[in-house]
Amino acid sequence: MPTEFILIPGRTSRHGTSLNEGKYSDTYQSEINTLLMNPRDMARLELVEGDCVRMWNRVGEVVVSVKSGKDELPPGLLFITYGDISSRLMGAETHGSGMPDSKGLDVLVEKLVEKVS
Amino acid sequence: MSIAETSLPLEQAVGQAASLPLKIVRDATCTFCGCVCDDIDLTVEGDKITKAKNACVLGKSWFFNHHIEDRPEATIEGRPVSYDEAFDAAADILLSARYPVTYGLSDTTCEAQRVAVAITDWIRGTVDTTTSVCHGPSGMAFQSVGEVTCSLGEIKNRADFLIFWGGNPAESHPRHFTKYSLMPVGEFVPNGRKDRTAVLIDVRKTKSAKAVDYFLQIKPRSDFELAWALRALAKGLSVDPSIEEATGIPLKTLEEVMEGMKQAQFGAILFGMGLTMTRGKHINSEAVLALARDMNRHTRWVAKPMRGHGNVTGADNVVSWTTGYPFGVNLNRGYPRFNPGEWTTSDLLGRGEADAALIIASDPMSNFNQPARDHLRRIKSIVLDPKLSETAKVATVAFTTSVYGINTAGTVYRMDDVPIPLRPAFDSPFKSDFEVLKAIETRIRQHQLAGRERC
Repeated sequence: MPTEFILIPGRTSRHGTSLNEGKYSDTYQSEINTLLMNPRDMARLELVEGDCVRMWNRVGEVVVSVKSGKDELPPGLLFITYGDISSRLMGAETHGSGMPDSKGLDVLVEKLVEKVS
Repeated sequence: MSIAETSLPLEQAVGQAASLPLKIVRDATCTFCGCVCDDIDLTVEGDKITKAKNACVLGKSWFFNHHIEDRPEATIEGRPVSYDEAFDAAADILLSARYPVTYGLSDTTCEAQRVAVAITDWIRGTVDTTTSVCHGPSGMAFQSVGEVTCSLGEIKNRADFLIFWGGNPAESHPRHFTKYSLMPVGEFVPNGRKDRTAVLIDVRKTKSAKAVDYFLQIKPRSDFELAWALRALAKGLSVDPSIEEATGIPLKTLEEVMEGMKQAQFGAILFGMGLTMTRGKHINSEAVLALARDMNRHTRWVAKPMRGHGNVTGADNVVSWTTGYPFGVNLNRGYPRFNPGEWTTSDLLGRGEADAALIIASDPMSNFNQPARDHLRRIKSIVLDPKLSETAKVATVAFTTSVYGINTAGTVYRMDDVPIPLRPAFDSPFKSDFEVLKAIETRIRQHQLAGRERC
């Protein structure tokens, strides 16, 4: 059963350091492919760290692994490091501003039963 | 310009452990983020920087990971070619295009930015920068409500009340707290942190929350409502307690914060992309800028955007003083026109309108929305980047360029619009963005002037 969340893509310290190593480095790829979630939401979705989820909206769909956001995120809010993966969920509409909605995206999430390599 | 041509404070010495010559570059400038710290002492061994004194974790990573890569100087359709062949191909693409867009520019020097604007003018294209997907909405808000502003030096020396809004400086601008805003001892804040009150407003309890006195964890997409509630309180109007339901922040807390804001000698709101990238965008920025303006009825307040890329502020300045507008500028009619949403790159590509792209120091194939990426893949593009990127991979013509601030001298603007010179560490075999763009511009002009002579 898909669960509704609000997704905040953003930058982290590790994003900045791994960006300088190169976007094809393992560290950078791991950083932009990891979704942070409130521990209570993880329990509700029966997720443990390292599990994969499918996350989608009307624009696109991605598969990412989950990590606890500890007390950083309130229930219902997700965080992912800004990059190729988060941008796949970003629409082209900018409402006359030049800026697509890039934070506060409505998404649906469900646990993937099969592990993704 | 090579290092030998600059009059830089370099100290040459003989390497001790290694046989490579050792060089110290004093007061080098870090161009990783908008703080543009210009007090970095670099130790350079050959073509590697081995120490970066005073740099933060992001700065160290910036300096240590940019060395000379084994890549071709240029490619056409992925095939290695000479610079001259690539210059000709790039000029041909731009001269043949009917609706070209020039994009990126926030990670290069002002000198290169200026040539990029000139090229766009010669070919009657559109020039846009990464500002349009960063603080572009704030640029629109400046035009609507103005900006009560100051330098970071004034914040360091005067600010006794700080509000960080929609940003996480502890991770995105690590030295902002220590060098410019929260921690430093200043002329009118002699006890540094003890003399300052700090508030963080954000949807996430980030690492920055530990550094402040008040953390207001607001509900997502409620920045506009919160800013207007504070504006009302600043004007002495009553605010309905239901503001807590809308924003997650009790009215009593807002009243306490407002009282502190009114009592301050000098207040600063430093806002991030939590405002500009969220629904509302420019009206979120407008609300915060208007709040700072309103607060000047009580005491001195300013509001400043926290800028991300090393010279995104330079891009705003250069595009503004060459065209009159900061980003999203169309030059097709021979004079500049500004219209975000029409001539901003995300829109131009997302709607499938641009038929060629000149991209400097940016990676829209990784960061743009999918329709824009799909279109960029279809059209001819010229890409300048020191590192391989998804955008460089799909480019018709790709140039490997030297790194600004590490290999290349020039000028950049700090996030408070203060221009700062670069002091490079070592030479690169690759040409700078300025040199590549200048060569393309020369070919474009030769072709255009030859055509005029034939007429």
